[in-house]
Amino acid sequence: MTDRVIDARGLRKYFGETLAVDDLSLTVGPGEIFGFLGPNGAGKTTSIKMLLSLVSPDAGEGEVLGMPIGSRASRTRVGFLPEHCRFHDSLTARELVRFHGRLHGMRGQPLETRIDQLLSRVDLLDAADRPLRGYSKGMLQRAGLAQALVHDPLLVFLDEPTSGLDPLGRLLVRDILSELRSRGVSVFLNSHLLGEVETTCDRVAFVKQGRVVHHLTLGAAPSSFEIEIRAVPLDARVLEGLAQFGAIAARQAIDCVRLRVAGDAVLPEVSRWLVTQGVQLYELKGRRKSLEEWFVDVMGDDQRPG
Amino acid sequence: MRSILTIAHLTLYDARRRKILGAAALCAAVFLTVFTTAIAFATRELIERPAPFLERQAAFAVFSILGLYAANFLSVLLSALLPVDALSGEIDSGVMQTLASKPVRRSEIVLGKWLGYGVVIVGYFLVVAGGVLLAIRLAAGYVALNFAVALPLMVLELLLMLSVSIAGGTRLGTVTNGIATIGFYGVAFIGGWVEQFGALSGLHSARTVGIAVSLLSPPDTLWRLSAYYLQPDIVRTLGNGGPFSAASVPSSMMVWWALGFTVLTVCAAVYSFRDRQL
Repeated sequence: MTDRVIDARGLRKYFGETLAVDDLSLTVGPGEIFGFLGPNGAGKTTSIKMLLSLVSPDAGEGEVLGMPIGSRASRTRVGFLPEHCRFHDSLTARELVRFHGRLHGMRGQPLETRIDQLLSRVDLLDAADRPLRGYSKGMLQRAGLAQALVHDPLLVFLDEPTSGLDPLGRLLVRDILSELRSRGVSVFLNSHLLGEVETTCDRVAFVKQGRVVHHLTLGAAPSSFEIEIRAVPLDARVLEGLAQFGAIAARQAIDCVRLRVAGDAVLPEVSRWLVTQGVQLYELKGRRKSLEEWFVDVMGDDQRPG
Repeated sequence: MRSILTIAHLTLYDARRRKILGAAALCAAVFLTVFTTAIAFATRELIERPAPFLERQAAFAVFSILGLYAANFLSVLLSALLPVDALSGEIDSGVMQTLASKPVRRSEIVLGKWLGYGVVIVGYFLVVAGGVLLAIRLAAGYVALNFAVALPLMVLELLLMLSVSIAGGTRLGTVTNGIATIGFYGVAFIGGWVEQFGALSGLHSARTVGIAVSLLSPPDTLWRLSAYYLQPDIVRTLGNGGPFSAASVPSSMMVWWALGFTVLTVCAAVYSFRDRQL
């Protein structure tokens, strides 16, 4: 087993004349929960499909679990929950998980035990013998999660796993992700719910117009800490002086400025310096930059609808 | 091989819960009821008349051919329509994504679907055709001639249609594939009529065109060869035209061609689906 469960290099995909993914290069390590973020149409789902051999790349190469992308062997220990969670709806959840377990070569009592265990974990044991066609979207997603995990995978691709879930369902998925991480299972998470990504992922990649434009290690991102200063005066001389502590992120008002700094240790120094400069300090607060703000900054205004 | 059987099992399981199979079963039940009633009344009338032995045998032979023609036709429709969305529908809905992301070959998916639907369709045909043969046996004491040869030919016809429908589904949308598959059968049907008409009227060119069409679309050839085997000599000499005519008897080489056509179509389906973007 290599130190990279996914290693993609320069993957490219065209659909006709349209470039869907351009030069996708990324790595995911063992036990890592990796978030894949981008606006609609950025190429996220196509990227996942290339890694799962559902579409073939026009260029580039890579490995999944040490096996070449596109090979059958690369899919043996991989689980996948697709975005729209469509399954044969005449099956019950138990039959669905059993069928997918069999496709992974599982049989007999170990499979049946695993099915009960998983359906119980996703809180579907009571509905396990009802056809999927009567399930709500949230129930389908939980059944889909069970089928993705039936064979005890080393890598799981989850495409919008919480989009149809209520808060309790989301909590359940978050707990399952934590369990997977603690067992050393890697998760490739594609989600629009940035709050979810922020609380679960170790690292994220931002995709824009088919390219990965930024990587971010959550919780340890350099320049992810900002301080907001409300003071008078904030003239050119003061702003120039503040630049010694970090970069000016935004001038929000005549008396308010945001400064991107290395961490919260700089707060006392900033307050001391402002006082020595005769500046009237009304407010000084530090905060970590949210993933949503990162997203907006990285994507730029041109990606905003409307 | 295990994956093929697993997918075939799923296909069987899913097919039995689909409305189209229920509708086909209802059609078969109605047809068998009508057929059994008709044959019972006809037998009584022939006995009361009383008709000469040869005339009775000819009438029963025609009845059995009519019954098997209907059984074959219902099964052809089922073999064209039941699997019409086997691949295209699952690709469109996204069901295929979960399936193809498993460690299975694309060829195993195609072959598993083919096998699953094949079992359903052949089973359906054998029940309906068996019902026809049983009804005529019980009502008239008549055993259809050469049915052990005719039935496998019809089964081959159904598997050929199934293969065409599955192959179309690897590239075409569901509705387009349905139209294309029925169209394929329609071409074969018309080709058969043209060939028969050419033979009856002595128009060599028409017969040649009909044979050429049969090479491109061979299912009807298999039916006509089946019908030929089912007919007693007296019926064959009538040269009645249409789908029961023996005016132009297909060559036995056409059976091998149909078999090869089926195998090639399945291979084409596998090849086409191998690179299909899901």
